[in-house]
Amino acid sequence: MTTAPTPPELLLAEASDDHAHHDYRILGLLTFLVSESLMFGALFAVFLIFRGQFAEWPPADTEVELLLPAINTVILVASSFVIHYGDVAIKKGNVVGLRRWYALTALMGAIFLAGQIYEYATLGYGLTTNIFASCFYVMTGFHGLHVLVGIGLILGVLWRSRVPGHYTAQKHVGVAMAEIYWHFVDVIWVMLFVLIYVLAFVD
Amino acid sequence: MAQAQIPVSGELPLAVEHHPKAWKWYDYFTFNVDHKVIGIQYLVFSFVMYLLAGLMAVVMRTELYTPDADVIDPNLYNALLTNHGTIMIFGWVVPAAIGGFGNFLVPLMIGARDMAFPRLNALAFWLVPPAGLLLLGSFLFGGAQAGWTAYPPLSVITAKTAQSMWCLSIILAGTSSILGSVNFIVTMLKMRVPSMSWDKMPLFCWAMMATSILALLSTPVLAIGLILLLFDINFGTGFFKPDAGGDVIIYQHLFWFYSHPAVYLMILPIFGIMSEVIPVHARKPIFGYKAIVGSSMVICMVGLFVWVHHMFTSGTPPWMRMFFTVSTLIVAVPTGVKIFSWTATLWGGKIRYTSAMLFAMGLLIMFVIGGLGGVTLGTAPVDIHVHDTYYVVAHFHYVLFGGSVFGLYAGIYHWFPKMTGRMLNERLGKVHFVLTLIGANLTFLPMHFLGTQGMPRRVAMYDPQFTQLNQICTIGAFVLAFSVIPFLVNVIWSWGWGEKASGNPWRALTLEWTTDSPPMIENWHRLPVVTHGPYDYGRHEDRESAVTASHG
Repeated sequence: MTTAPTPPELLLAEASDDHAHHDYRILGLLTFLVSESLMFGALFAVFLIFRGQFAEWPPADTEVELLLPAINTVILVASSFVIHYGDVAIKKGNVVGLRRWYALTALMGAIFLAGQIYEYATLGYGLTTNIFASCFYVMTGFHGLHVLVGIGLILGVLWRSRVPGHYTAQKHVGVAMAEIYWHFVDVIWVMLFVLIYVLAFVD
Repeated sequence: MAQAQIPVSGELPLAVEHHPKAWKWYDYFTFNVDHKVIGIQYLVFSFVMYLLAGLMAVVMRTELYTPDADVIDPNLYNALLTNHGTIMIFGWVVPAAIGGFGNFLVPLMIGARDMAFPRLNALAFWLVPPAGLLLLGSFLFGGAQAGWTAYPPLSVITAKTAQSMWCLSIILAGTSSILGSVNFIVTMLKMRVPSMSWDKMPLFCWAMMATSILALLSTPVLAIGLILLLFDINFGTGFFKPDAGGDVIIYQHLFWFYSHPAVYLMILPIFGIMSEVIPVHARKPIFGYKAIVGSSMVICMVGLFVWVHHMFTSGTPPWMRMFFTVSTLIVAVPTGVKIFSWTATLWGGKIRYTSAMLFAMGLLIMFVIGGLGGVTLGTAPVDIHVHDTYYVVAHFHYVLFGGSVFGLYAGIYHWFPKMTGRMLNERLGKVHFVLTLIGANLTFLPMHFLGTQGMPRRVAMYDPQFTQLNQICTIGAFVLAFSVIPFLVNVIWSWGWGEKASGNPWRALTLEWTTDSPPMIENWHRLPVVTHGPYDYGRHEDRESAVTASHG
């Protein structure tokens, strides 16, 4: 391919004609989370309508424990701070710090899930016992699925960060996205905790 | 490639890209990330689904030619009516209007090279064919029979396997819809060519913005309703089982919180197509650009708060009926604004009676009839009288067939040259239009009378007093089925051998017409610069000719 000398205005055009565009993934994720919120919003609405319809909520013999979920809540809320330290680290270009904090977050998420499974195993009632039990298992299970996805995202960040230079102080959209998603899952849990556990002890 | 002289119009080599110069036919059957390929994939797939669901309608109308169930088994009739409705909505209108036209046109109209997330876009498309296959496959298990609304308790106790497949299918289609909406919103927020300010964005894009917001907010609620329904059918929970303490009304709320906005999902992009087709072929600026933008957004917001008008006979308390009657009548106002805007655009225009324009004008008439039926239905006292009768069927076919399908046809006639580089045959197009208009009115107008006389919907057998009107409907349905033939012949013949289309055959001003037909991969060599409004017809004759000339 012979090269003709390029006139200056063409260079300008080519520069303004950049085929790559900015990274809009964070905006995309936030938009998606709006939709996700409505999904949980619908579950919350169903739960509250049933709560209003039943004289006793939760019904006798399907009471909930408070201690274990409270510990779980503390772990999950704390993990939101832990993951933020990872974000702070990568903003300074500290990949080792990022990996350390993100690994700790994933571990805390796993402990949360283990606690959840332990709770399921020890509650003494199942999915079909009554409406409250169905709501309980579907809501916490659906949230647990989101925790699992969040852990997957964090593991993805850890996997990719093993390549030197993959994440830098300037370029770490994937890190930020995993963090945003984790915060979202965390906020949803706090609402769930209030609805299912705290409100059960209000009456 | 070696050129001694570089042309002024800028034949820049696509050096940095890894794609071929043009797509081959088989690229249209793969996981392709080009928004134009995805748009055509959506359109062709959904048209096949449309033909299948139309065939189901023809079988049903044949059954209804006589009062007795003498053609098919009534259970099969139930499965056909359920899947006819479901496929027409989730397999045809939504994917064709949003996925098809939205994907093909939005990046071209705003001067972008592609959507913001091309791979997500391809993923969103490839969720739809499995959804369609699930619905068709459910016929092996008797087919879902609870209507497209799938109300419990019926949906919990009949044809469980098929009903579960139905739920999964809708969840898949809904996921596709959410992912698509995320993509549209980000694309329009961020990827407009720098010279395109908000007030120069074409009305189709505004309509897609409103549609995407609605889909984003309402689809997840339906997903939850269907997930709970799946649990009730398969895992023994009792969310919607009254004997287990559950509540069927909660399902209705979850369902209609999505499915009423779904009505707007299916008509807002069509309104967008109308706002593009009418000014181009009337050679006049659109009347009330800002009013149309505003009305789209008002429909989007108010449309989220009218869903209970589907539940006036579900033991809804009077205050709720009052509130939702009022909100329903309010949501008719912005729609009226659009109708008046289009009429005023036509007024005094140099109208070209192309097939696209004919379908757009047909839509105006049909949609007004359907809209009037809607206003009466939205009023609780009338609704209680005609609820679940053929009056409802007549109403939603006027807005869905007379509205959405007419609009889709208008869009196909208008943008086919841009998509394929070939013109459609206008004579066949007019035959198609006349047959469709006659067929639609013959089929759906008598249903109003059937409804007010009390014939219930969703039945394979009816009282002999309704025979005559039903026979008219059936004849109309056959005319409609026949009307597709000239269209199919036209599309297949023109796609292969039709007259070659120039870049801007309609002399339109929106940006998609500033590139070749069909557009190259990545749409333009050099991105266009917006120097005028999208509808400045007649106002700046010089600019109009400038667009055509610069294209060459």
